[in-house]
Amino acid sequence: MSVPEDLNIDRIANLARIALTPEEKAKFAAQLADVLTNIEKLKQVDVAGVEPTAHAFPVYNVWADDVAQAGLSIDDALRNAPAQRDNMIVVPKVVE
Amino acid sequence: MKYEAVIGLEVHVQIKTKSKMFTRVAAGYGHPANTLTDPVVLALPGVLPVMNKAALDAIIKAGLLLGCEIAPVCKWDRKNYFYPDSPKNYQISQYDQPLCLNGAVEIELPGAARNIQGEHKKIALTRIHLEEDVGKLNHEAFDSLVDYNRAGTPLMEIVSEPVIKSAEEAYAYLTSLRATMIYGGISDCDMEKGQLRCDANISIRPVGETKLGTKVELKNLNSISFVRDGIAHEIKRQIAVVESGGTIVQETRDYDGMTGTSQSLRSKEMAHDYRYFPDPDLMPVKVDAAWKARIQAECPELPFAKQTRFQADYTLPYTLASVLVWDKALADFFEEAVKLAGAARAQAVGNWIVNDLQRELGAAKIDLADSKVRPAHIAELVKLVDAGTLLSNAAKEVFIDMSATGEMPAIVMAKKGLAAAPTDTAELEGWCRDAIAANAKSVAEFKAGKESAINGLKGPIMKASKGKANPKLVDETLRRLLAVS
Amino acid sequence: MSHAAMPNELFNKSIAELAGLLAAKTITSVELMQAVIARTQAVEERVKAFNSYDTDDALAQAAASDARRAAGQSLGALDGIPIGIKDVIAVTGQPLTASSKMLANFVSPYDATVTQKLKKAGAVIWGRLNLDEFAMGSSTENSAFQTTRNPYDLDCVPGGSSGGSAAALAAGEAIATLGSDTGGSIRQPAALCGVVGLKPTYGLVSRFGLIAFASSLDQIGPFTRTVEDAAILLQSIVGHDERDSTSFKTEIPDYRAALKEKKGPWRIGIPKEYFGEGLDPEVAVAVQKAIDYYKSLGCEIKPVSLPHTEYGVGVYYIIATAECSSNLSRYDGIRYGHRSAEASDIVDLYFKSRAEGFGPEVKRRIILGTYVLSSGYYDAYYLRAQKVRTLIRQDFLNAYKEVDAIITPTTPTPAFKRGAKADPLAMYLCDVYTIGVNLAGLPGISVPCGFSSGGLPIGMQLIGQPFKEADLLAIAHAYDSTHDWTKRTPNL
Repeated sequence: MSVPEDLNIDRIANLARIALTPEEKAKFAAQLADVLTNIEKLKQVDVAGVEPTAHAFPVYNVWADDVAQAGLSIDDALRNAPAQRDNMIVVPKVVE
Repeated sequence: MKYEAVIGLEVHVQIKTKSKMFTRVAAGYGHPANTLTDPVVLALPGVLPVMNKAALDAIIKAGLLLGCEIAPVCKWDRKNYFYPDSPKNYQISQYDQPLCLNGAVEIELPGAARNIQGEHKKIALTRIHLEEDVGKLNHEAFDSLVDYNRAGTPLMEIVSEPVIKSAEEAYAYLTSLRATMIYGGISDCDMEKGQLRCDANISIRPVGETKLGTKVELKNLNSISFVRDGIAHEIKRQIAVVESGGTIVQETRDYDGMTGTSQSLRSKEMAHDYRYFPDPDLMPVKVDAAWKARIQAECPELPFAKQTRFQADYTLPYTLASVLVWDKALADFFEEAVKLAGAARAQAVGNWIVNDLQRELGAAKIDLADSKVRPAHIAELVKLVDAGTLLSNAAKEVFIDMSATGEMPAIVMAKKGLAAAPTDTAELEGWCRDAIAANAKSVAEFKAGKESAINGLKGPIMKASKGKANPKLVDETLRRLLAVS
Repeated sequence: MSHAAMPNELFNKSIAELAGLLAAKTITSVELMQAVIARTQAVEERVKAFNSYDTDDALAQAAASDARRAAGQSLGALDGIPIGIKDVIAVTGQPLTASSKMLANFVSPYDATVTQKLKKAGAVIWGRLNLDEFAMGSSTENSAFQTTRNPYDLDCVPGGSSGGSAAALAAGEAIATLGSDTGGSIRQPAALCGVVGLKPTYGLVSRFGLIAFASSLDQIGPFTRTVEDAAILLQSIVGHDERDSTSFKTEIPDYRAALKEKKGPWRIGIPKEYFGEGLDPEVAVAVQKAIDYYKSLGCEIKPVSLPHTEYGVGVYYIIATAECSSNLSRYDGIRYGHRSAEASDIVDLYFKSRAEGFGPEVKRRIILGTYVLSSGYYDAYYLRAQKVRTLIRQDFLNAYKEVDAIITPTTPTPAFKRGAKADPLAMYLCDVYTIGVNLAGLPGISVPCGFSSGGLPIGMQLIGQPFKEADLLAIAHAYDSTHDWTKRTPNL
């Protein structure tokens, strides 16, 4: 199946922040083209006047009262941190 | 060629709730790093958001205070983008169904003189919606450190229509908006604590042109003054660019308030595609008439309405009214004192508060709430002065004392023996006659209709009496004597 | 391939039977746990169902159960029963890996709501079970760690994504397990491994603590040996949860009692769209035999139509990938998870950590999901898919005006060989019978109903009405309790 011209794998991979190798890009583009072809047939369905299903059984106003509860200790919060210093997560310098 | 500026402001206001927007760990400022987190804040695998009811109450209140339409139904959307201060790498926000639409912020422009109330106008709003705040990045020499204490705090985004015309209007807009939020108990709006943040969108166009020019976004405006200065600077910059034949580049610029300069932020390699879609983890919100009515009942009178009322009902001059209303606590204190002192003494009450009380609070570095001076103190003081029992210099001394001790003025007066000597009316009448005799010009002017000429007589009397003469009695006596002769 | 029944070992018994033995003090929890551990150690090298397990911790929990029982404070049928947990459900202090390199070293600091409920019921939380990475797959071949084998044929897949949960149960390495189901990930592996697998109505079981794949489709559910056991385990994990805004406030009946009380006969719907092209003839025969059994009970068998069935896979792969592309954005190596050592700056850190941490199927779905949500495509894909989803749900609700439940095959074929479905689209089409149930938010259960001539299990699916698990379980129990498919065990 041919790749739709607007399936710009580079742009999409950028948005998704995943570095793809050229091989991966080519392979994914072809595989996704297959899936998209399958999806194309959805365009045949008459959806005039049909509401989208945002939630299977919609309910409104699901909330909690504003009562502060205990959170994680610093140790638990940073337990899985790849790099930390002064109780904060370390990342490469961010230039704003 | 004359140019006009077109400005829109995007203001983020942190709502003062006990817990965060989508989870119940405490919200707060100034805490040790990463002590206000939980699995939801940190976006650990498997967590889910739950709305904070108080944040919804607060934004409805903000909407009602600003005259917005409250949407009967609204929902949550995910705004997808990657940044280290955003744990989920999407922000829960509201895209196409915000909670509040339209509305306006009333502003007051500077008057012709300092004591004259300036023009009022309304700056239209586009919308207000709710979202969650992000963490804080601390930039060090070679890396950056992330603190998630702020992440997840409820945030209102208030967007104005691009109808602001000058830096001054922007300044007035922010002071008014800030006061409204504080009055409503919605936020403390302390910009130093990041509770109020402002970005500006600025463009220029030739006067008379209806098409909008290219807009520049200005960020990092850390105080209301910097907003004004930054906008003024940017307008100048854009005009200079255009007049030298250049074109305005659509970009984001960073304003440095200390140096008064701005620079272009590194332009993003790709345009933002936020891929908004409805958040499947959250249910929509329905606001019915009963809920709105409950919030409406909690809405306070706002500063400008109060300013108008103070000038009308208490005959307060603009200078006094305008200072009192910008601090709700102060305005309430004033009205309490007036209730006790009587409306006729409102101006005197106002003066004591605005001058002496504010001075004492500043010197002691305390808030009104912590002062030992309460409305009853001011009311009693004003009554004593009015009756002539306490003369103005003595009253000032009493004030300082009662601020420190909290004792009622009558008691301080008695303790320090500051009561005015009972008036020897004969002596007073003598002083008056002497003054009339010695100041023919003032007398003539007064009789000719110039009211203020009477002050030319009062001065010498006060001097002769060494400041002890009861001003009210002096006034009465003088008028009586002048009317006769 | 022989599948002669094993001698009646403890590790092959049902929850119901074991609860009786424990209550009667015929066995202790520690003895039960030791039997399960011994079995695991004997077969795990071949089955490869577990990502990890902690025998000391399990035995300590079992001992605590015995102490409770001795003090007359047993917590009920699940007290002391070893329940295996799919490695996407959070348990404090245990790994939570989603079978991904991205989370290979992640240890959870909190309990999922279902974990808290199991602990309250006294169950022994046993091990971390393998799955397709981030629950994306139908064979468990997408696990970054190992590929679980089907205990009935070690060259075949156990199904997915909850392959480990199904295989461990079938192999006797647990008495029951928990899995998660987004497009069939409980029901399909249950069918392929010859066990019972239930996906509850969306919103019945809390998702708090379940690593999210597709938020509007995911549900946690039980794998058990019998329908009665499914009722017992379901009872302990259902209920409205304040921490999950999508969980429902609904009355919870006594599911086990319902099995006795509800006797039918029922009206059973057979959707023609599920019995057409692509269905393996042996599967068709086995399911038909089961349908005939229901008829013999006096049930009315009615043909129904679910006309939008053919669009299910397309709708699913738009909605599920869109939601997962956003749900998986948090895996960036910043606060936890794999952080690339190769990154030169912060931007690079995202790109490389995610490239290194995610496997190909996960990347594929994130890319597809990002695409369908990207600017200019939202209306054509996501919005349209949500509308077709409404039509698919409407199909079922219309059918339920005429029938009480629907029976279909669970899968088009029995288990396939590892590597047989290299083409992603072919793999996606395995889910064709299960996917519509997730899209409609309905409850569905797979019950063993036969074996292929090659000795591989065959399952039938019963689909119920929203929040009517009691009826669904009763209907399934009517078949399950009168057939002995679930008494068979693999020849390991």
